Amino acid sequence: MSQVAVEAPPKGGFSFDLCRRNGMLSKKGVPPPSYRKTGTTIVGLIFQDGVILGADTRATEGPIVCDKNCEKIHYMAPNIYCCGAGTAADTEAVTDMVSSQLQLHRYHTGRESRVVTALTLLKSHLFKYQGHVQAALVLGGVDVNGPHLHTIYPHGSTDTLPFATMGSGSLAAMSVFESKYREGLTKEEGIKLVCEAICSGIFNDLGSGSNVDVCVITKGQKEYLRNHQSPNPRTYVSSKGFSFPKKTEVLLTRITPLKEMVEVIEGGDTMEE
Amino acid sequence: MPQIFEYNGSALIAMVGKNCFAIASDRRLGVQLQTIATDFQRIYKVHDRLFLGLSGLATDAQTLYQRLVFRHKLYQLREERDMKPETFASLVSAILYEKRFGPYFCQPVIAGLGDEDKPFICTMDSIGAKELAKDFVVAGTASESLYGACESMFRPDMEPEDLFETVSQALLSSVDRDCLSGWGGHVYVVTPTEVKERILKGRMD
Repeated sequence: MSQVAVEAPPKGGFSFDLCRRNGMLSKKGVPPPSYRKTGTTIVGLIFQDGVILGADTRATEGPIVCDKNCEKIHYMAPNIYCCGAGTAADTEAVTDMVSSQLQLHRYHTGRESRVVTALTLLKSHLFKYQGHVQAALVLGGVDVNGPHLHTIYPHGSTDTLPFATMGSGSLAAMSVFESKYREGLTKEEGIKLVCEAICSGIFNDLGSGSNVDVCVITKGQKEYLRNHQSPNPRTYVSSKGFSFPKKTEVLLTRITPLKEMVEVIEGGDTMEE
Repeated sequence: MPQIFEYNGSALIAMVGKNCFAIASDRRLGVQLQTIATDFQRIYKVHDRLFLGLSGLATDAQTLYQRLVFRHKLYQLREERDMKPETFASLVSAILYEKRFGPYFCQPVIAGLGDEDKPFICTMDSIGAKELAKDFVVAGTASESLYGACESMFRPDMEPEDLFETVSQALLSSVDRDCLSGWGGHVYVVTPTEVKERILKGRMD
């Protein structure tokens, strides 16, 4: 029997091909690489007619800020959004995966997704990987049963709360919520409180920074306020810019002209049989 | 042995200009402090308007490149068109995340011209966390100094020639502060009508 020459693209799931090699390397004293973290402040609260989610916009890799304006409030369903903290790839992958499962579920049932459905899908995936998928989430949305807010820990445990914080700046943000949250906040008061909580994370936690993103979800409506506040604008922009009077030394130049795109004329003569 | 990303040494950068983009790398391949090659290709052409740079461990970079070309060719056969840069970025991200618990030691930089000649640049970590930037992205052992150089030298809406100077100066100045990368540079400036590939002269120490 001949072996298949090339492996077909996989249908999904993790591949552990390189684990043995990478394990050998770390046994020989090569430290495992660091991944991009969101080192984050993410919050959520329930106000009188819905849920407000908030996040900062800094992504870090060790001590380096690698993205100054990233998006941490992920889309799950038209009426559900989810803030992610932890390893950036994990939060991204886990929310994308569940949002596509929810979309398929909506096609199947023809009804609006429920927040508990998203919650169960997320927690069962995270529990299955025993905390190795490092995603800490704040899930919020409004469905037939009204507004819901949940936090999900990397090991798959969940909480249902009127106000929640997650990430490295969670303590700073929680201190604001604990002193100022009350039931029946209006939308404006809610947004203000969320911004204040995120700002306390931005200014007191080094893992969080840059701008404030807010997402307001109410019955049948949502408002994604990207960069709602920018408390840290750039102060060091050179007005003149840079110019390089001495040209860079070039050893070799190769110019490849690109071909024009061929226009296909619709309804042209078809070939004779 | 220190970090595996520092085994071969690399510097990669991509920058956006007005209806164009530039992607550049250094040309050194080393084994720790010993230089093996000084004409190493770190930037690969996926199709005419889409380029991919792979920093990190060179053996993984080449394997990953082969797998990506394979998947891109399958796509071309099935769809009879080239991949959009956004689609290709998602493909790279999916392939990297598949190996979440035993990753390729590679950090890719993707740059391409999309619909209506809109430039697209993007970088990822070794497990496929996408970072979409509007201005510039960097990767490799010289990334720290590249961040600094790009942050101060970048201007929005540069013309192709201006963009080339800026990218080259940022690359050369950063690479001089990193002993693991260097030995000249390789710069591609891609506009809707042509691809201009240049090899830069740099320090040879």
